[in-house]
Amino acid sequence: HSINVSFSTVEENEDSTFHKEHERERPRGKRRNGEREKKKRGNGRRKGASKEAGEGEEEMQVRPEKRERGKRRRAKNDQEAKGRERDEEEQTKIKSAKTTKTRKKEKSRKTEEEEGEGESEERNTKRKKKHGSAKKEEKEEDGGKRTVKEKAQDVKKKKHKKTSEESSEDNEEEDNEEKEVRPESLSPEELEKLKEAVDERKKLIQGLRGKPWPMKKKLVTLRESQEFVEKYEGALGKGKGRKLYAYKVMMTKKWMKFQRDFENFKTACIPWEMKIKEIESHFGSSVASYFIFLRWMYGINMILFGLTFGLVMVPEALMGRPYGSIPRKTVPRAEEASAMDFAVLWDWGGYAQYSVLFYGYYNSQRAIGWLKFRMPLSYFLVGVGTVAYSYMVVIRTMARNANESGVGDDNSFNFSWKMFTSWDYLIGNPETADNKFASITTSFKEAILEEQESRKDDNIHLTRFLRVLANFLVLCCLAGSGYLIYFVVRRSQKFALDGLENHTWWERNEVNMVMSLLGMFCPMLFDVISTLENYHPRVALQWQLGRIFALFLGNLYTFIIALMDEINLKREEEKIIKFNITMWEASLYNSTVSENSTAPPVTIHPADVPRGPCWETMVGQEFVRLIISDTMTTYITLLIGDFLRAVLVRFLNYCWCWDLEAGFPSYSEFDVSGNVLGLIFNQGMIWMGAFYAPCLPALNVLRLHVSMYLQCWAVMCCNVPQERVFKASGSNNFYMAMLLVILFLSTLPAIYTIVTIPPSFDCGPFSGKKRMFDVIHETLESDFPAWFSKVFSYASNPGLVLPFILLMVLAIYYLQSTSKSYKEANVELKKKLQTVK
Amino acid sequence: MGTTASQLGKDLLSEYQELTFLTKQEILLAHKRFTELLTKDEKDLPNTRVPMEKILTLPELKSNPFRKRICLVFSTSEQKDGSLTFEDFLDLLSAFSDSATLEIKSHYAFRIFDFDDDGTLDCGDLEKLVNCLTGETDDTRLTPEEMRQLISNILEESDIDKDGTVNLSEFQHVISRSPDFVR
Repeated sequence: HSINVSFSTVEENEDSTFHKEHERERPRGKRRNGEREKKKRGNGRRKGASKEAGEGEEEMQVRPEKRERGKRRRAKNDQEAKGRERDEEEQTKIKSAKTTKTRKKEKSRKTEEEEGEGESEERNTKRKKKHGSAKKEEKEEDGGKRTVKEKAQDVKKKKHKKTSEESSEDNEEEDNEEKEVRPESLSPEELEKLKEAVDERKKLIQGLRGKPWPMKKKLVTLRESQEFVEKYEGALGKGKGRKLYAYKVMMTKKWMKFQRDFENFKTACIPWEMKIKEIESHFGSSVASYFIFLRWMYGINMILFGLTFGLVMVPEALMGRPYGSIPRKTVPRAEEASAMDFAVLWDWGGYAQYSVLFYGYYNSQRAIGWLKFRMPLSYFLVGVGTVAYSYMVVIRTMARNANESGVGDDNSFNFSWKMFTSWDYLIGNPETADNKFASITTSFKEAILEEQESRKDDNIHLTRFLRVLANFLVLCCLAGSGYLIYFVVRRSQKFALDGLENHTWWERNEVNMVMSLLGMFCPMLFDVISTLENYHPRVALQWQLGRIFALFLGNLYTFIIALMDEINLKREEEKIIKFNITMWEASLYNSTVSENSTAPPVTIHPADVPRGPCWETMVGQEFVRLIISDTMTTYITLLIGDFLRAVLVRFLNYCWCWDLEAGFPSYSEFDVSGNVLGLIFNQGMIWMGAFYAPCLPALNVLRLHVSMYLQCWAVMCCNVPQERVFKASGSNNFYMAMLLVILFLSTLPAIYTIVTIPPSFDCGPFSGKKRMFDVIHETLESDFPAWFSKVFSYASNPGLVLPFILLMVLAIYYLQSTSKSYKEANVELKKKLQTVK
Repeated sequence: MGTTASQLGKDLLSEYQELTFLTKQEILLAHKRFTELLTKDEKDLPNTRVPMEKILTLPELKSNPFRKRICLVFSTSEQKDGSLTFEDFLDLLSAFSDSATLEIKSHYAFRIFDFDDDGTLDCGDLEKLVNCLTGETDDTRLTPEEMRQLISNILEESDIDKDGTVNLSEFQHVISRSPDFVR
C-alpha cells in the first residue's frame, strides 16, 4: 500500500483512475449532457469510491490547461485501498470553483437534469467531514445555471471517519463568462439548491484551514469559493425578504470579522507570552509549565483583587466615614506617637492597621453613602464569592485537563508514544537538545530493559527495612517541625504580652522566620533521606512531593491552632474591656453632669476612647506578615541559592582544584515541583486570610508580578536545563488536584471562625452581631419583600434540605456507575481492536 | 518600508488568516523572519523560494532532529529539494501552532516520520526515526539488538492489521490516545 504524496502537480490521470470518483464536471464546451460523468458514474462509483486521493482527479477532460492549475493545487495521494472504506456519503464531493461562472453559459437543460439526479444522489450522501463539508455545488439553474459538481478526492489524510476528501477542482479558473443570474427567474427549488450550494461553499471556506493542502491550493479554493458566495448570496434573497436577507448576510460577515479580530486581540493580550516561549525553547516544556501555572494564578488573583478592591475597599474608602471620625478608625492616643514609624508600618501596625487594608477599619453601618451600599453584606458576600469563584475555576480547569488527557491512561502504547511523541518541539537550544537526546536514549534503554527482564529484587528485606526506616525518619521530622512552630508561636504570644518593644527583631518575627526556614531546609532533608529508599526516580519524586506537602500542611495547621489560642485570649480580654468601657462611660457621664447639668455632652476625641481588642485584625496582620516573610525568603533563597552559586561557580572555577561546573556545586537546575508547591501554598494562605485582610489579594498580585519577572530572569541567567527531562503533561492534573485540596483545607478554618466565633464588638463590619452570617438574615428581613423571607424560611427547612441532599447523592451514584460502565465498554472495544485481523 | 512586494497586502493577510491557524501578529512576525532570510534582490520578487540550507539556519529548527524532513514535507517545489516559499513557511507554522487540530498535526507528523515517502512507516522508517531521536553521537545510539527489540515492540503495539507497517490510520489511532501529543 503505498501512497504517493507529491506536492507537485500530480498526475492527473484524469480520465483513468476514476473509478472511484465522481465528478461532475462542468461542461465547457465539451461537456454537455453527453459527456457526463454519468457514464462514469454509472457504476455507482460514487458509492464505492474511497475518498482517498489518488483518484481524486477531476476529470476535466476538457480543459487540460486548467487542469494544470488544478494539478498544481492538488496533491494527490493515490489511494490504495488499504482498507479504506469509502463512505457513500463522502462521495459527494464538492467542488466547483470558478468554473461555475463560466459554465453558466453552457448550461443546458441537460445539465440540469443531470444535476437533478446528481443532486438527489447527493442528498443522500451526507457529508461528514471534519474539514468541513463535502461540498457540492449546486448549480444554479436558470439561464446562468451552472452546475458544477466535481468531486475531487484528494485524500490527504485519512481520518477516522475517512473523510478527507477534498474537492479540488478548480481547474477552471475563471473565465469570464459572467452571466448574470436573474433571481427572479429562479424557481423555489432552484433557489433552495442555490442556497445549499452557497452554504456548502461557506462551510468549505470555514473548514479550509484544517485541510492539509498546500497554501497555493487553499488560496485558490478560497478565492473561488468567496467569489461564488458573493455572487450568489445576493441573488438568494428574493422579493420582499431580500433586504432582510442581505442585511443578515452582511451582519454575519461583520460578526465573523469581529470574532476573528477579537481572537487576535485576545492572543495579543496574553501577558508574558514571549518570555515564556523563550524559556520553553531553552528548557523544555516542564519548566515552562511552571511559568504557565504562575500566569494562570496571576489571572485568578487579579479577579480576586478586583472583587475585594472594587466591592469592599473602594466603597468603604469613598463612601464610609473618613479616617478619624469614629473610634475604630482612629489610631488610639497611646499609639499615636509611633504610628508613622517605618518599623511599625512594616509590621502592619500604626496607620496601616487602621485603614481599609484590614478588617478592623470597617464600619458596621448597614448602608453607607448615597447609594445605600450595603457594606457588611458586601463584605460577607465578597468573602464567600472569592472562595466560590476559586472552587469553580479550579474544578473547571481540572475537568478540562481530564478531558484533554485522553481516554484514560492506559499503558498499551508505551513504546509508540515514546517514539512518536517524545521529542519536545519547543526546544530551540542545542544544549537542551543534547540533554533531551540523552534522556530519550536513556528512557528507551530503560524501557527495553524492563520489558526484557523482570526486575529482581536482590534483597527485598533490606529494601523494605530501609524504606520503613526512611518513613519513620520523615515522620520524626514532621513532628519535630510541628512542635517547633507551636512552641515558637506560644513564645511570641508571651512576648506580645510583655510588650513588643522589649524584644529584638528576631524575637518579634520569630514565627514567620521559623516557618520559612523550615520550609527551606526540610525538603532538602527529605531528599537526603529518600536516597535510602532506592525508588525509581518518578516514584521518588512523588514521595518527595507528598512529604513536602505534608510538611507545609502540618506547619500551616499548627500555625492556625496557635492562632486560635490567641483569638481565645483576645476574646477573654474583650470581656474585661467591655466592662471597663462601661465604667469609663459612666464616669464620663457622671463627670459632665456633675459639672453642669445643662452642659452639652463632652465630645471626646475618637483617639481617646478606650478600644476593644480586635482579633480579626490580628489574624489578618499575622497572615500578611507570614506572606511577606515567605516571599522574602523565596527571593533571598533564589538570589543566594541560584544567582550567587552561579556567580561563584563561574568565577571561582578558574582557581579551584576541581571542576566546579561539572562537579559539586555546579549550576543549579530549576526545581519545578518545589516552586509549584511553594506557589500553591502561598495561594492557600491567601485564601485563608483574605476574609480578614482585604488587602491580601492586592499584595499577592504584586508579589506574583514581581515573581514572574524575577524568576524568568533567574532561570535564564543562572539555571541549566535539567538532565532528567520529565514531561509536563502528566503533572498538570496532579498540581490542580493539590490546589483543590489546599483550597478546601484553607477555607475550612476561615469558615469555622466565621460560623462559631462571635465578631468583636468594637471593630469590623459585623460588630454588634452575634454571628457574622447574621448579616444575611438581617438583609433578608429588611431589604427584601416579606414573601421572600417566608419563601426562604420554607426553603431552609430541614424537611426540604434533606431530601435535596439525598437526591444529589443519588445523582452522584448514578453518574459514577454510568462512567464505570463506559470505562468497561471502552476496555472491551479496545480488546476487540487488538484482536482484529 | 521597502517595496510593496516585501510587505504583505491587507487582502492577502486576511486570506492567510482565514486559511491558517495563525493570528495576524503571528503571520506578520513570520513574514518578518522569512524576509530576513532573503537576500536583497530576492526581497523584491514575490514568491521567492528559500533553499533548505537557509531555512535550517533558523534557531527554532536548528536543534530539531527532524528539520530536514520538515522542510521536505512542507516544500512545494518540483525538485523536492526542500526549499520553501513564504506560503509553505506559513503552512509549516500553522501545522505546528497551538491551535491546530489533532488531525492536521497527526497528518503532518505522519508525513514527517515517513522518511521514504511511501505512505507507511515500515522498519526502515522506524529505524531512521529512532536514530534521529537518539542523537548523532555513537554513545547515545542504540545497539542493533536494542533497535530490533524496540521496533518489534512498536509494531506489536501499533500495527493493528499486522502488515508490518504502520499506516496513517493506525498512527492516528495511537497518537490520539497520547496525552503528550497535542501540546
